Amino acid sequence: MSTAQAHVSAAELAQLNKPQRDGKYWAGLIAGIVGMGFIILYCVLPFYWMVVSSLRLPSDGFSTDFLPNPASVENYIAVFAPQNMFGSALVNSLIVSTTTTLLTLVFGILAAYALARLRFAAKGIVLSIIIACSMFPGITLVIPLFKLFSGNYPGFEWLYWMNTYQALIIPTLSFGLPLAVWNLTAFFRQLPVELEQAAMVDGCTPGQAFVKVILPLAAPGVFTTAIITFIAVWNDYMIALQFGTEPQMYTSIVALSKFTGQYGFDTPWGTIMAAGVMITVPLLVAVLIFQRRIVAGLTAGGVK
Amino acid sequence: MADSQAPRKAKKNPLSDGQGGLAALLISPTMAVILFVVGLPILMSIRESVFRTNEGVDPNTGMVSQGESFVGLQNFTDIFANPSLVTGNWGSIDRLLNSFINTTWFTIACVTLETILGVAMALIMAKAFKGRGLVRAAILVPWAIPTIVSAKMWGLIFAADGVMNKVIGQQILWLADGPQSQWAIIIADVWKTAPFIGLLTLAGLQTIPAEVYEAAKVDGASAWQQFTRITLPMVKPALVVAVLFRTLDTMRMFDLPAGMIGFGKYFVETVSTLAYVENNNLRYGSAAAYSIILFVYIVFVAFLFVRLLGADVVGDDEVRAIADQRKRQKAAAKASGTKAKLAKTTVTSGSASS
Repeated sequence: MSTAQAHVSAAELAQLNKPQRDGKYWAGLIAGIVGMGFIILYCVLPFYWMVVSSLRLPSDGFSTDFLPNPASVENYIAVFAPQNMFGSALVNSLIVSTTTTLLTLVFGILAAYALARLRFAAKGIVLSIIIACSMFPGITLVIPLFKLFSGNYPGFEWLYWMNTYQALIIPTLSFGLPLAVWNLTAFFRQLPVELEQAAMVDGCTPGQAFVKVILPLAAPGVFTTAIITFIAVWNDYMIALQFGTEPQMYTSIVALSKFTGQYGFDTPWGTIMAAGVMITVPLLVAVLIFQRRIVAGLTAGGVK
Repeated sequence: MADSQAPRKAKKNPLSDGQGGLAALLISPTMAVILFVVGLPILMSIRESVFRTNEGVDPNTGMVSQGESFVGLQNFTDIFANPSLVTGNWGSIDRLLNSFINTTWFTIACVTLETILGVAMALIMAKAFKGRGLVRAAILVPWAIPTIVSAKMWGLIFAADGVMNKVIGQQILWLADGPQSQWAIIIADVWKTAPFIGLLTLAGLQTIPAEVYEAAKVDGASAWQQFTRITLPMVKPALVVAVLFRTLDTMRMFDLPAGMIGFGKYFVETVSTLAYVENNNLRYGSAAAYSIILFVYIVFVAFLFVRLLGADVVGDDEVRAIADQRKRQKAAAKASGTKAKLAKTTVTSGSASS
């Protein structure tokens, strides 16, 4: 649509001021293409380097060839060496991220509907609390919860939750839930209020109007929120590192950060890169499939 | 009369009246969760910060001390009274002060570079050429990569034998504890987040109507004038919110220094990583105190953003309308000399306009 506008204005202006416009137009076009090339290289090149490095032979770790020569999947096999326990770490990540995402969606949909649609006195306060939570430093929560979950709080020794899934999931809600509520509120706001009004004219209560009319229409928004929340939880490091201290409770991110080489202090870069690619690629595929919606979701919070 | 009013009063309009109860019902689960996972830990942190785990041998019993004792604000005042000196980039100063300056420096450097690069990216993308979809896909790559993966990825690039040293033809130990490691972290952070600022700014740019630029051209404005007089002011609300989010996020930076350089490296130690290290040494008191200092610092910066730059982080039409209405009511009350009766809700629903 905007390209169409540009053509119209270019044609109009060309009539008024033909030679000057032409030069500027082409200079702008070339600058734009160069700029776009720069952005794409900037974003993709380091990631490309990670992929290429993961596909080299483990002994070629620091090769600067632009293509792996010879290509090898040995690094990927090494990721699943028994001492890394990467398979169980992936399962842990999946359990924690999925559970947290589902919980945040259940709570978040209810709250977001109220925030987007209903009129009540404390709305400004509730919205401020939720946005404040999303800016909150995680370390402030982790410290007292670590003492609590490691059974060092007098009277709460029964809350020894270190290396349990609930200790990985519950603190994660502190940033997952505000994120979900915020995104969902933005999506619900975009749906025309007339839809519910029509449903209510036809005899629905506000609750029925929500379940039967709004929720099906908001499904794409709910799905996008689920992806954004899932990625945020999947990428979390601090909480997973603090509350999952045993290798069988590592999430994939923590496992990756703790990979050790075969020979002691030798950093196994190839293995780490292969694990990084495996952790990232499923996210990237999901993000690229739903990119339009995700961009809308990311910008909905910041822009009005 | 009373009879005719009673049923009318009971018959509420579901679109505008009596939504407080339903709203409370829907919002209370979320608020309860937030109370338990955010509110309660803050209170526990404050409590921890005025206690200290006993260390060493009890002089009376000769046993190893256990438990904790109340120390008041000593965990905070020790920064000045009893500093533990370390040598980072800023000379020999207290460890907390060192991490505090590191945090501030990272925030200023990263956010400045990210904003400049991000705005430049948004301006390029706003020139609607073919291939915008490709650029948007590319720009999501850094955002989707987990910070720890990006830390390791840049670790490989910055390794002593890595590609960065080969490209610039130097032998810089980027990953060793030194001033150059700060730049390794700044570069890695800017790479990951500048595109994000670009996305948010682009969304702001796209709300500027083309007519404004046409009018400026007719009036003879140069490209630079258009940028400073139209683009920047009109994109400012979106940009300020994006920069605010990035600033507060960089202030709690943890993953990058921890994943790339490691814990206990004074040149890159942030308040978050320092508090983590203290916590894992079971010094809950000082760890909690440091995390509260960081918390207060973040709240202060957020307050500055909202006050000085007018960041509208909440961005809700109705909340804004209530604030405007209250302002008008206050002004009216002041003019007439009566006490203002402030509105709690508005007549217009915030959702209709957006």
